[in-house]
Amino acid sequence: MKLRANLVIGGSLFALAIIVGLLAPWLAHTDPVMDANLMNAEEPPSWTWWFGTDGQGRDIYSRVLYGARVSLTVGIVSQLINSVIGVALGLSAGYFGGWWDDVVNALTNLMLAIPSLIFALAIMAVLGPGLTSLLIALGLTNWSFTCRLARASALSLRNQGYVQAATVLGYGDLRIMVTQLLPNMLGPIVVIGTLGMGSAVLSEAALSFLGLGVRPPFPSWGSMLSEARDQITTAPWLSLFPGLAIFLTVLGLNLLGDGLRDILDPHSRSRRT
Amino acid sequence: MTGVPLIEVENLRIDLDDGSRRVAAAEGVSFRISRGETFGLVGESGCGKSITALALIGLLRSPLSIGGGVIRFEGREIQRLSAAGQRELRGNRIAMIFQEPMTALNPVSPVGRQIAEMFVLHKGKSWREANQLAVESLASVRVPAPERRVNDYPHQLSGGMRQRVMIAIALACGPDLLIADEPTTALDVTVQAEIIELMRNLCAERGTAILMISHDLGLVANVCRRVAVMYAGRIVEERGSADIFRAPSHPYTQGLVDSLPRLGSRAALGRVRLKEIAGVVPAITGFPDGCRFNPRCAQATDICRTAAPETDLLEAGGFVRCHHHA
Repeated sequence: MKLRANLVIGGSLFALAIIVGLLAPWLAHTDPVMDANLMNAEEPPSWTWWFGTDGQGRDIYSRVLYGARVSLTVGIVSQLINSVIGVALGLSAGYFGGWWDDVVNALTNLMLAIPSLIFALAIMAVLGPGLTSLLIALGLTNWSFTCRLARASALSLRNQGYVQAATVLGYGDLRIMVTQLLPNMLGPIVVIGTLGMGSAVLSEAALSFLGLGVRPPFPSWGSMLSEARDQITTAPWLSLFPGLAIFLTVLGLNLLGDGLRDILDPHSRSRRT
Repeated sequence: MTGVPLIEVENLRIDLDDGSRRVAAAEGVSFRISRGETFGLVGESGCGKSITALALIGLLRSPLSIGGGVIRFEGREIQRLSAAGQRELRGNRIAMIFQEPMTALNPVSPVGRQIAEMFVLHKGKSWREANQLAVESLASVRVPAPERRVNDYPHQLSGGMRQRVMIAIALACGPDLLIADEPTTALDVTVQAEIIELMRNLCAERGTAILMISHDLGLVANVCRRVAVMYAGRIVEERGSADIFRAPSHPYTQGLVDSLPRLGSRAALGRVRLKEIAGVVPAITGFPDGCRFNPRCAQATDICRTAAPETDLLEAGGFVRCHHHA
């Protein structure tokens, strides 16, 4: 059994990020919020301070570990919301067609026409900053690509012989959509989903950077970057490590998406066994 | 329910709506199939045989629609049934197998699951029972090592095996009618014979009626007791299948029978060119007036070009739609 390199590397990076987030209380050297000590302010990376310290003397290493929790929660949960909305709308629109398809199409075009970050900003402005509103804002604004993909797949799949066969064999609409269409479009949907998780992590960083995400002093990778931008020339480690964490997580998710596409295809699955 | 035919089609008309006007893709189609009977519908591509089958299970989709006539299943009008009522018939009482066993199975689902789903859907079985029944179904269509094969995906099976799986799915719920639309066209000739044999035996055992649709007159006559020949949307002749070979009445049927190569004909008749039917099938939008076969018919006279022939009952049983039938 030959595993693909992108699956292994991507999966490992993503798993590492999750483990780091889960085990943050045990792996961290100090409390990410409380252990501020101006005596240690802006220490460069060293054996004591692995990733250095920030202007308040907080350990960057510990803050990056805790920051993983926010970034990954936002990435995974908001993308799940997006995928569910996108698949539900796109799949039903492609399958049923008619006026419902027109409605969904109009809605998708609307979403594509408004820059999603601006839309998320508007939602955040109404809901106020915080993790929950961040999840809602990002979960409601990035489903249009999934929707388009699901609709296009449903359009082509609904004319497949096995879908017509299922109709002939007495399957109801819902059963056809769930058992015939969904499994056959899952590969690309999952790939888009992992890519979307990556961009949700980036959006969280952007919104936190703008001060709309998780409220300081609690760390998220985005808010850490935001706070670090003034010292990027004097204390580059402040932005380097959270930036690296974002980069590796997004890279991992993209590689994972590629790898998943390969194993979700039953043709390649049987070749390996 | 003796006396009531299993399925009865009366004067069925199927409309094709091309946006600006409606044309009849099939009209005046009438036939009956009794319980356990085998009935064949033969014709060239585009003559309306497949859409007739789709109409039977209530599955005509735009731009096609039923423009008139009645279809009764056990005396109940199919068009009057609710969507749920029609769905209850499909797969459970009326099943269908298709030409392309390659595409008629869901590629991402193991075949056993696809058979089992029928028991869950129509018989209310639990998945555990259904999976057991799926193994039995697969054994009944003579797939070797069924308990292992249930876990296979369609692409791991050969074309013949896939068609066996399709038959297992179609017959899973013990339907009263099996519609077989060109069931073996995509298969090798040897496999074709096996599949036809299997389908015929299973249906005979269970008393399932067969409506077989094919362009292959020989194959249909081999399987079916009665055969209807369709041309340009109309049934032109309906006979017992032995009669249709021995004494075809309609000039079109004659043409079909004459164009079949026969084993031993060269020894008996010497080297002769295989006959063909001159001309091509008219387009659906430009059916000729009168008898639709008249432009290709050697026996056509003036009346054939003006008046559409009515059905004439034949003494030996069956009917023909021709002004000059033999």
